[in-house]
Amino acid sequence: MKIAVVGAGPAGLYFSLLSKRADPSHEITVYERNPPDATYGWGVVFSEDTLTELRDADYPTYLAFDEALVRWDAIDIRYRDEVRRSYGHGFSAISRARLLAILQRRATELGVDLRFEQEIGDLTDLGDADLVVGADGVRSVVRTAHEKQFGSTFDPLGSRYVWFGTDLVFDVFTFIFRPTEHGLFQVHAYPFDGRTSTFIVETTEAVWRRAGLDEMSEEQSLAFCQGLFADHLGDHRLLSNNSIWRTFDHLRNRSWHHQNMVLMGDAAHTAHFSIGSGTKLAIEDAVALAKAFQAHPGDLPAAFAEYELERQTTVERFQEAATDSARYFEQVSRYLHLDPEQFAFNLLTRSGRITHANLELRDPAVVNRADRHVDGGSARIVTRPPYLAPVQVGDLMLGNRVVAAPVLPDTALEGLPNDDHRDELVAAARDGAGLVVTDPVAVSAHARVTSGSIGCWDGRHAEAWERIAEQVHAEGSRLALRLSHSGRRGAARPRERGVDRPLHEGAWTTLAPSPIAYAPWLPEPAEIDGQRLSDVIEDFVTAARLAAGAGADVIVVDCSDGYLLASFLSPLSNRRSDEYGGDLAGRMRYPLEVVAAVRDVWPGGRPLGVRLVADDRHRHGLTPGDGVAIAQAMAERGVDVFDVTAGLTVGTDAAAGDYRRLYQVALADKVRNEAGVTTIASGRITTLDEVNTVVAAGRADLCVLDPRRYR
Amino acid sequence: MRIGIGLPTSTPGSTGDGLVEFARRAEAGPFTSLGVIDRLVYDSYDPLVALSAAAAVTTRVALCTMIVIGPVRRTAVLAKQAASLDALSGGRLVLGVSIGARRDDYDAAEATWGNRGAQLSAQVARLREIWEDPAIGPAPATPGGPRVLVGGGSGASFLRAARHGDGYVHGGGPPRAFASAADKARAAWVEAGRPGQPALWGQSYFTLTDPAAGEAYMRSYYGFTGGFVERIVAGLLTTPEAIREQIRGYADAGCDELVMLPATSDPAELDRLAEVIG
Repeated sequence: MKIAVVGAGPAGLYFSLLSKRADPSHEITVYERNPPDATYGWGVVFSEDTLTELRDADYPTYLAFDEALVRWDAIDIRYRDEVRRSYGHGFSAISRARLLAILQRRATELGVDLRFEQEIGDLTDLGDADLVVGADGVRSVVRTAHEKQFGSTFDPLGSRYVWFGTDLVFDVFTFIFRPTEHGLFQVHAYPFDGRTSTFIVETTEAVWRRAGLDEMSEEQSLAFCQGLFADHLGDHRLLSNNSIWRTFDHLRNRSWHHQNMVLMGDAAHTAHFSIGSGTKLAIEDAVALAKAFQAHPGDLPAAFAEYELERQTTVERFQEAATDSARYFEQVSRYLHLDPEQFAFNLLTRSGRITHANLELRDPAVVNRADRHVDGGSARIVTRPPYLAPVQVGDLMLGNRVVAAPVLPDTALEGLPNDDHRDELVAAARDGAGLVVTDPVAVSAHARVTSGSIGCWDGRHAEAWERIAEQVHAEGSRLALRLSHSGRRGAARPRERGVDRPLHEGAWTTLAPSPIAYAPWLPEPAEIDGQRLSDVIEDFVTAARLAAGAGADVIVVDCSDGYLLASFLSPLSNRRSDEYGGDLAGRMRYPLEVVAAVRDVWPGGRPLGVRLVADDRHRHGLTPGDGVAIAQAMAERGVDVFDVTAGLTVGTDAAAGDYRRLYQVALADKVRNEAGVTTIASGRITTLDEVNTVVAAGRADLCVLDPRRYR
Repeated sequence: MRIGIGLPTSTPGSTGDGLVEFARRAEAGPFTSLGVIDRLVYDSYDPLVALSAAAAVTTRVALCTMIVIGPVRRTAVLAKQAASLDALSGGRLVLGVSIGARRDDYDAAEATWGNRGAQLSAQVARLREIWEDPAIGPAPATPGGPRVLVGGGSGASFLRAARHGDGYVHGGGPPRAFASAADKARAAWVEAGRPGQPALWGQSYFTLTDPAAGEAYMRSYYGFTGGFVERIVAGLLTTPEAIREQIRGYADAGCDELVMLPATSDPAELDRLAEVIG
């Protein structure tokens, strides 16, 4: 086969040498626009897994690498003039120039034709190759020539960064966090040979501009960074090599092949540098593609299919982890209030690939220190895992961090909770949850979601709740009533066959801030007027009094799921022109009045919670930033804890989540650490290890564990 | 996990007699359902018409569309057809719906391609309304109307299934792809506040008679996916071992019913599969 490879980076060279070795009859030509000794970039990182693959794929190259590699096992976190070292993170690095030299030598030895300083401007320059391999980086000419067929998309990701070298040889991978008057800067540094380290400086766009870096020359910015990290660099110098500030784009391609062309490495996908996977993924692509051609000699479609099947899922997973990691560094300044132990744990688990249990295998000490911090700074030898650490909310001490929020059957008559409801709630308590939260509890008959919803509006309800509260307490747990007004989602049929199905018999007129139906097939609600605004507040107050008398431990005012109070918050459903509409302050006004009125009658020490929609997941809706502002305003009025949710403000299914593991934890994290409030996270949290990870990292204080039947 | 079998309505050489015979054998075999797929602009039988023929010669197996492309059909007409089939079959219809993947089906039906997700959500809500309204009969045999499964791979699809469906129907692939979708369907179910749990159905192509013919059919039927077709072909199960492994993987992922779609029209596919699953 006649193979043209564009780009003599790690992927292009490695694929070429593996293919030539497997079948010397292949005519393989590699085209590279730079000279053979061009040394853009400093060191690159490999994981142990990649090294194993390299060893199996071509032993002579592995041996040459092995001699040139710098290995380390630890990560240093320099934060607040302290250093936290975490062990068990086996990585190795190699100088990029050395890596390329080794691959060039091996490729040449095997008979690959390497042509340097040969720019491919147009794919016709490649003549009649049977196979064209695009291994020419993120701006690949192969990819850009058929951008539409490859289905390329770019997403800007993360912050500004600059890639320096330094003659300071770090002994392990090192993160440095340096707050300045402009904002936070952080460094990712690691050694890659006996004389040099990579030293990447990163900060947000806003801080970068405030510091004036947008107007500095390469020399000036180097001097700035040299000064900024002088106490870490000592007598050592930062070294420049085309070291300009860049932004990172996440490239994805729907298909990695088109006709006789195939993409590898950065031409196919990029992953943010903060998980150090770019070269690793490129090399692994090369191995997989070479293998696919050995399995299907001369059969391009079959080889491409096998290559994509082998690689795309893995790469997507890395891209997701890289996205999480990049977002962490974009927002890391919000964590500067965390204690160093928790900060370290948070950093090490940032990408979602390492959990509490994984990290404990690598480094029991760092996990133990984080666990102790969560467990109230306990000095005991036996430290409770984070999910079992008690937590105080208001004056209430909850026994653990697990919240159960079972969806209850719509079998209530006139809102009275029955044995079905009692059994589910008591079972959740018996299962060990520290707090059991109900489904929406209607504050009046017309505040119900469905004709079978539970409620709390007169003495009969209070009696029923009292019996349930007693049994929940007897199981050692606590009960939270989620007081709710359904708003425009009310008057629906029981949810057994679907939600938002209008009642025909016994329907009532629903209320909303504005007369806009929740979904096209639902009746238009009435715009709630002044008198009814007061009535609804009164209903919440009555329900809170009844709940207090019934022995509920917590009440949660429902500002979520598109119910009445959520529809006041969101611009998608609130189009009012009076003082309860307009900007966020206006839209918050009524929910805040409800919260304040409830706080007044709810016993002082007992915690008041809010279930808050902190993001509408809609272009014109509430943003996570709005969620933070709402939480702050509510906390000032005495709300102790926020159950943070997203979506369901409108009936359109397009405003959906992605339903990945822990898909709403990032939102709870933002609200907790930016508003400075106690939060409950929810959304596909299914294991205690996940609860441990979220709590130990300070991303949330409590977690709603999905019902057991979904795990 | 229950195992169903596909009625070969789209494979070359399908005949009316052949389909009816296939349905008879399915009823006699170890299968719990007969599944059909849907494409308008293709040489294939209409899914609901084919299932009606199957209904006439069976009494036991469930009759499942995997899926019908909802928005290319007028809602009231679809509601009447589905209710009729459910009534004719004694409540055996499971109506899988999705938006499909091809523009040409929409164009040929003079349906609107834009906004098809929202159309489908409104359509399912309306189907349920019609099924409970005596104005458009017949009354379905299943109380409240046939079970509805929603398909698709986006977040919106999972939420649509959770809000409006009785469950989720997956579009096929290796067990890990099904497992990932099933987890998302469950998460959306919790988010939407649905009691109970979603019914989860999967599907998988196989041939135990003629791998070359099976591959040729798949290249033809899925050719519109471009390069992706090779990955679909690579997923075709051609050995008893591969089928057993697939069944095990789907069962582990919590699939309620896996419908095995034959990639040829040969009724021997059914007999051979029956031997494998015993």
